Order: sequence, then C-alpha cells, then structure tokens
Amino acid sequence: MRYLPHTPEDVAAMLKAVEIDSLEGLFAHIPKDCRRKDALKIPQPLTEWELNDHIDTLAGSMAVSPQYKVFMGAGSYEHYIPSAVSFLLSRSEFVTAYTPYQPELSQGTLQAIYEYQTLATRLLGMEVANASQYDGASSLAEAMLMAIRVSRQKTVAVSRAVHPSYRRVLETYFEPTDLNIRELPYLSDGTTDLSSIEDMGDLGAVALQSPNFLGCIENIEALKQKLQNKKALLVVCFSEPLAYGLYKNPGQCGADIACGEGQSLGIPRSFGGPALGMFASKMKYVRNMPGRLVGQTTDLDGKRGHVLTLATREQHIRREKATSNICTNHSLCALAAAMYMAALGGSGFKELARLNYDKSEYLKTALVNAGFKLPFSRATFNEFVIEFPAGFKKTYQRLLKKKIVAGLPLAGFYPELKNHYLLCVTETMTREDMDTLVKEVSS
Amino acid sequence: MKELNELNFPADVRYAESHEWVRSEGDSVKVGITDYAQDQLGDIVFVELPEVGDTLDKGEEFGTVESVKAVSELYMPIAGEIVAVNSSLEDAPEKVNNTPYGDGWMIEVKAEDPSEMDDLMDNDAYLGTLKG
Repeated sequence: MRYLPHTPEDVAAMLKAVEIDSLEGLFAHIPKDCRRKDALKIPQPLTEWELNDHIDTLAGSMAVSPQYKVFMGAGSYEHYIPSAVSFLLSRSEFVTAYTPYQPELSQGTLQAIYEYQTLATRLLGMEVANASQYDGASSLAEAMLMAIRVSRQKTVAVSRAVHPSYRRVLETYFEPTDLNIRELPYLSDGTTDLSSIEDMGDLGAVALQSPNFLGCIENIEALKQKLQNKKALLVVCFSEPLAYGLYKNPGQCGADIACGEGQSLGIPRSFGGPALGMFASKMKYVRNMPGRLVGQTTDLDGKRGHVLTLATREQHIRREKATSNICTNHSLCALAAAMYMAALGGSGFKELARLNYDKSEYLKTALVNAGFKLPFSRATFNEFVIEFPAGFKKTYQRLLKKKIVAGLPLAGFYPELKNHYLLCVTETMTREDMDTLVKEVSS
Repeated sequence: MKELNELNFPADVRYAESHEWVRSEGDSVKVGITDYAQDQLGDIVFVELPEVGDTLDKGEEFGTVESVKAVSELYMPIAGEIVAVNSSLEDAPEKVNNTPYGDGWMIEVKAEDPSEMDDLMDNDAYLGTLKG
C-alpha cells in the first residue's frame, strides 16, 4: 500500500501547472528558520515479519495481562469479553467507527446504534442517550458545556475525586473560553466535600464521579438536595459503569446528565484506547445534547425504520452554533458495549457486578487483616485505596519483577496521598492471585 | 417554496430586516416571524422562547426556531420586557407555519420605547427588501 499518493510524474505535472521549477521552489516563501534542516529520522522499511517481530518486542516490554497480574483499574478495567461479542463485532457490516453519512441506507447500523442507546439509557437510568462520544473525558467536558447552555451560567464545579485525566480534558475545553471551573475537595471518608457549594454563587453544573477516582461511592442524593431550586444541573460521571449492576445508577440518584467511560462493557484495554464515551440526559434537555442521535420511526407503509434525528443540533447544519464540534462517535465501541450488555442480560450484569464487589472486598479485608491501612471508610465497588508503609516503592518494583502490578501509585495525581495505592479487582482475578499479592506485599 | 406574490404581508404589522413582525396591541406589542420566514424555513418542529420577565435589547436573541432543515435564531425587533410567551407552540409549533401573524405569534413585549416601532418597515418596504 502506498502512503504517499503522488508519483514523481504527478508532482512534475502540478509544478508545471503553477510554473515552478522544483518542489523546493514551492516552499521558498516559508522563512528559513521555520524549515527543518536535517533529514527526518525514519527507519528503513521492514518486511511484514520483521515488523511483526518489532511490534511483539514492544508489546513484550509492557506489563499487561494475562502475562502480568494487573491490580490496576483507574479508568480502564480488565473484564472477560464473551466470544460472542468479539465474533459479532468482527462482522464486516459493522466494522466502522462512524455513524453513516447517508444514514437511511444503513438501517442495520442505525438499528444497532439504536439498541445501544436503549441499553445505555436502561443501564444509566436516563431518558435519552446519544450514539456515543470519544471517551469518558470528552463526555464529561461535553456534559459541562451542555449544562452551561441549559443553565445559561458561566461557572461549573467539579469534584477533585473525578478522574484526573477527565478534569484535564475539561480544563483544556474551558481554557480558551470565558467559562470557569471550581474544584470541590474530598473529605476524609473519600467522598466529595459539598459544603462550599452554597458559597459559589450561581453554578451551571456540579459534577461528581461515582464510584469516584478513589473508588468511593459518592452521596449523589445529598448533592441533588443541595441543588433543588438552583439553576445548576447535576452531572454524574463514571469510569466503571459495571458498578450500576450493584449500586444505584445516575438516573436513580436524580442526575440531569450522566456521562462517562464505557470501556468496561466488552472493550479491551488496548493500551488506553479506543474507548467509549457514554452520554445520556433527561429528555427535556435533548435539544441541547451533543453528538449524534438515532431515532425510531415508521415509513409511509407503516414499517419500522431508523433515522438520524435532531440533526439540526449538529455542526454540518448548525455551524458555529452547533451543540458540539465533535459529532463523530465511537460507533464500533458502542456496538461492542451493546452486544456485551445484551450477552450478559440484566441478571448476568448484576451477578458480574456482585462478583467484582465480592472479590474486591476479599482483597480489601485481607490487606487490612495483614496490617495495611484503609484510609477511606466509604463503600467501594471494585477499586479501593490502601496506604502502604513508607518505602513501599521497593516492594512495588520487586512485585513487578514477579509479574504483579500492585495498583496505581496515587501521589502523582494527589501529592498529599504519598504511599497510597489504588487497587482494582475484577472477575478476572482468582483467589490465588489475591492471596499471592497479600503474601508478597506482607513479606 | 412559494412565490413572493403568494405570500401574505398584512399592513397592520411592522417588519424587521431579520424577518420578525411586530403588532401594537394596547400597552404591549406582539412579535412573530413573517410568512416569508416560515415559508423559507419549511415545516417548523420546535420553537424555543425566552422566560417571562426577561428584558432584552433590540437585536438581541430571544429564541430559536427549528424546522426540519435548519435552526434559526430569533432577534428582538424592539427592546423591552417579555410579558408573555406563546406556550401553545410547545405542542403545536406548526401554528407558526399555518398562521404566522395569528396563532403563531411568539412573544409579547412591553416596549421600552414604543417609538422604536417607527424604525421598522411597513409591508411595502419589507416586500421591497425581499425583491432585492
């Protein structure tokens, strides 16, 4: 396959048309100090098998499961993916990241996305879900912009226990605008401190993540109470939607917008991507929702059909007044999530959630019994924070050599949380894996 | 779309360049969009209106009108306070297509300066702008 589309003949013909002698002449007006002087350091071409070797070597340099026991989640979770999901997803009818641009011709794709939207609303307890965003972080940023459109305010508040990467993306979105972000600190129990909200004046939105980045279940209903008769929308964010198989979902807690990451639902971790931005809201705000939306209707003969609906919100029609400048979505990942949810079913989903909780509680209890400190008392789902003794770094490195990743060191994200590690246990961990971890960190 | 001579431009309202009309009704004025505007937009499916009590300047956006093909902003033809909105458009936005100068009215405004009405066009002048 050629990656440079123009042959020397093409280039010569084009140069002749603009009456320039050489390619160098075409770039002559670019200032010298803006031009690269040395040649690009691109390695020589490789054969297919050499390239595969190279990629395998790169892959082998990473600590990934199943070769490693990775007790790390923090926004990306190792879950067993049923073979049915992988098989269905590989069907060529589905293999595209996009919603179709001539949608009515692609009824199958539209129906599949419609099914995803339906399952997403049920999981999140919301009235309407879009066809997906890029990832959890872009979902949160778009949710805050949407809340600002609805509330007509300029300031939003975000919990410090929201995923740090999500907050950085939000800051990037807001940086060139006149919009402001206020941060809500977390309390000693691991939940967000809501006491300062009253003093923040008129807010457009307040965002919590639950379970939050510290693994703790937030008291969203308390925030709902505080926001009564206020303009601010309640935004509930998530990085592990499997938790809603056990805990109340955003809708049950009164969320106006639910947004987050859907990677847990049948999508491999793949070095951080591709991901799935889930986005849902109350129906009354649908016209302010970003992204594409598939609707169901009937044709002239009364037969069921699917359409892209409310497209007048989108950038190809509404231009600079569009509800979002990203109307692309992660269709294939959304379909994976739909297939995953359908494969598990309601009761399977709950069972799996329970299994994650039980296993994670097993490790939590074992670590506490082994003398390690549990800094946050609040209930958790499949992640929790442990404070290890000073100097644990050495133990961490020793475990890494034994192919065990003992969680995520939190000090890089929260300087005050030295020696604190975020540990994750999903259904993929066995009791032996967990017993080994406890034995190793104790020795 | 219709020809200009098929459209209706009554003489009892004043017209803005941005295709809103204004009719004086006692202490306040009613505002809607013209027959030309509704015809250009096509089937109207949603009208977003301001809240009663909002005070807006002349030329400021007071809402949006969404048709099957586009969303357009609505602009205040005259400065003042919103004293009523036509909430029946929520369930029956097609009223704007059917009777743009009647049941399809959008907002009622207490004008800050009623003499601003004089800056708006009469039907002949408005028709002139449409003919280009």
